[in-house]
Amino acid sequence: MTCFRYILALAIKEFLALLRDKRSRMVIIGPPIAQLLIFGFAATYDLNNVPVAIFDEDRGVAARELVSRIDGSPNFQVITTISHDSEVAPLIDNKEVLLVLHIGQNFSADLMQGRTAPLQAILDGRNSNTAMIAMNYLRTILLDYNLSWLESQGRSGPLVSLQTRAWYNENLQSRWFIIPGIVGLLTLVVTLLVTALSVAREREAGTFDQLLVTPLRPTEILIGKAIPGIVIGLLQATLIIVLMVLFFEIPLRGSVGALYLGIVLFLLSAVGIGLMISAIAATQQQAVLGAFLFLVPSVILSGFSTPIANMPQLVQWLTYLNPLRYFLVVVRGVTLEGDSYALLLNQYWPMAIIGVASLAFAGWLFRNRMY
Amino acid sequence: MRRSSRMRLLGMIRKESLQILRDPSSISIAFVLPVVLLFLFGYGVSLDAKLIPVGIVIEQPDSATQSLAGAFERSEFFRPYHFDSIQSAQQMLNERRIDGILWMRSNFSSNLLAGQEAPIGVIINGVDSNQANITQGYIQGTWLAWLSRYAESRGHSLPVPVSLEQRVWFNAALSSRLFLVPGLIAIIMTMIGSLLTALVVAREWERGTMEALMVTPLRIGELLAGKLIPYFALGMAGMLFSVALAVWQFDVPLRGSLWLLMASSALFMLVALAIGMLISIVSKNQFVAGQLAIIVTFLPAFILSGFLFDINSMPEWVQLITHLVPARYFVAILQTLFLAGDVWPVVLSNMGALLLMLLFFFTLVWRKSHKHLE
Repeated sequence: MTCFRYILALAIKEFLALLRDKRSRMVIIGPPIAQLLIFGFAATYDLNNVPVAIFDEDRGVAARELVSRIDGSPNFQVITTISHDSEVAPLIDNKEVLLVLHIGQNFSADLMQGRTAPLQAILDGRNSNTAMIAMNYLRTILLDYNLSWLESQGRSGPLVSLQTRAWYNENLQSRWFIIPGIVGLLTLVVTLLVTALSVAREREAGTFDQLLVTPLRPTEILIGKAIPGIVIGLLQATLIIVLMVLFFEIPLRGSVGALYLGIVLFLLSAVGIGLMISAIAATQQQAVLGAFLFLVPSVILSGFSTPIANMPQLVQWLTYLNPLRYFLVVVRGVTLEGDSYALLLNQYWPMAIIGVASLAFAGWLFRNRMY
Repeated sequence: MRRSSRMRLLGMIRKESLQILRDPSSISIAFVLPVVLLFLFGYGVSLDAKLIPVGIVIEQPDSATQSLAGAFERSEFFRPYHFDSIQSAQQMLNERRIDGILWMRSNFSSNLLAGQEAPIGVIINGVDSNQANITQGYIQGTWLAWLSRYAESRGHSLPVPVSLEQRVWFNAALSSRLFLVPGLIAIIMTMIGSLLTALVVAREWERGTMEALMVTPLRIGELLAGKLIPYFALGMAGMLFSVALAVWQFDVPLRGSLWLLMASSALFMLVALAIGMLISIVSKNQFVAGQLAIIVTFLPAFILSGFLFDINSMPEWVQLITHLVPARYFVAILQTLFLAGDVWPVVLSNMGALLLMLLFFFTLVWRKSHKHLE
């Protein structure tokens, strides 16, 4: 019984240390919400209004019809037409357009005579992903154009067609993919910083030694130090999830319980790693930098923005140590795929192991690392 | 008088440099982090999908379905798994073990032979919409190639009214590494410049050594210069190091001129330092400084700089916000200088924007850093 009282007292003290300062309170609550709003709108791979220049040497009806289809698509916007080859380079070099479409002189003639008419697309490849996405949009438009051209000529298209459906994210909006990821990202940032500084701050002030000679056992210190991180992380995650569902209208198809089990396990591992960093660091500066050294690779190697499957095998193995990797699958699984406990089991236990192991190591460091 | 001013400045620089050298964490941010990040991004992170696991459901195998399945087996983009019912394939899709399904129903071949439409059902896991789009593109490509081969094998040719010829400038192979690595340099510089400076000066406030510095004859300008110069040197060293890694280790071409790269980097570094300084003056404690530095410098540099996400596709009001992110201008400069060359209009306009930001932030720092106590 006294054990709980001790832990409670320590946890309250930790909360006070964290929330007493007005500026600290503000950075914990305000920025994550602002970030969710800004990043939620900013972080998308979907392109709209890609600036296009048309270099039409044909000027026939067929070419005009193709151009109007491209201009009519929400993805593209024809901003200029050019009439000479030499105008292409400056437009692309200066980033005025991403794409120049060159329609050759014989375009209409080729089409009328049933020959294949080439359409040349020149793209700015400085951001190769954007170039590739724009290319895919263009291909889809062209495929439609070809089919309707064949139909208008009274010929049938290919007998075998593709009827594509996307599951879980039916309209393939990248916002649906990124925003659940931001839940994990922001929760990790705050939890890690809150816990990474908790021991280092006391070390720097010299009060950690005092804490060690109190009747509190290291395990109790550990739990007392872990509680604020978990509580703050839990509140923050809840706030972000509510905003995600109500404001960004991301569906929540699976079981909320499965999501919260994931959040608790994720927080456990984040808090464990944060305390571990904190116990290793001698100063607050080292603790923040250590948190950072952990944070950046773990965001990059989590599948937040680029898929883990594309990484080389060695790096893929490394991602198994990253709690964010598992948590992102849980969030996306519950929100988009409608998963429940059973399908997420393989994400739960690694987070639990990481959490328990890092907390145990942090507790061991409390006792054995003295300055 | 001038001589004593120089001595004071040198003393201050010496103190700061010693502090950097003694604390392993500063050095690791400047040199270890760039290496780790560049290697992770250079080798680890790729947006280029390869060997996408797809399920191929053939309800009634025969020569037509075999040739179509064969097209997917020979493709370098797919790792096919075979199923004879759609249910078992959907189960695998649910478990995230395959990313897509191609479904040839039992009447596929008979319809095809009878000259009727024989659609292939395609189901894609859309959670990662970007990958789903890429997968869809590859499936389409493989399908088109098969169509024309199938038509040829039956003695006629597939009518293709308009065919697309793509030419991608600056990065013909569309390798994502070539744009990720230059963009990453901007992020590394942001971290060295802002995070490190913010923490260091905040620590002086927290420990009260700032007050000790104030009672010295150091003038405010000397104090700022003494703090900034060592970190500027550290940042530029990190920059040179990253450029060398990019060019020699990752084969990113440097098509622009090195001096222009260095000049714009120096400008960006100063902006980053000024922001770091401002954060530390405003926050005065390391927890707040650390949080602020991550929130106002690192995350925007990651998401709002155009490093990964296309700025033109963001909503209007977010595009306005991106103009406040210095990394935005630097990413544009870096991607242009590395991949395209010295394109003056792009480089100059972005350097102009950086210069404006520098003036703005330095004025703020100057006005905020009064030499007096609270």
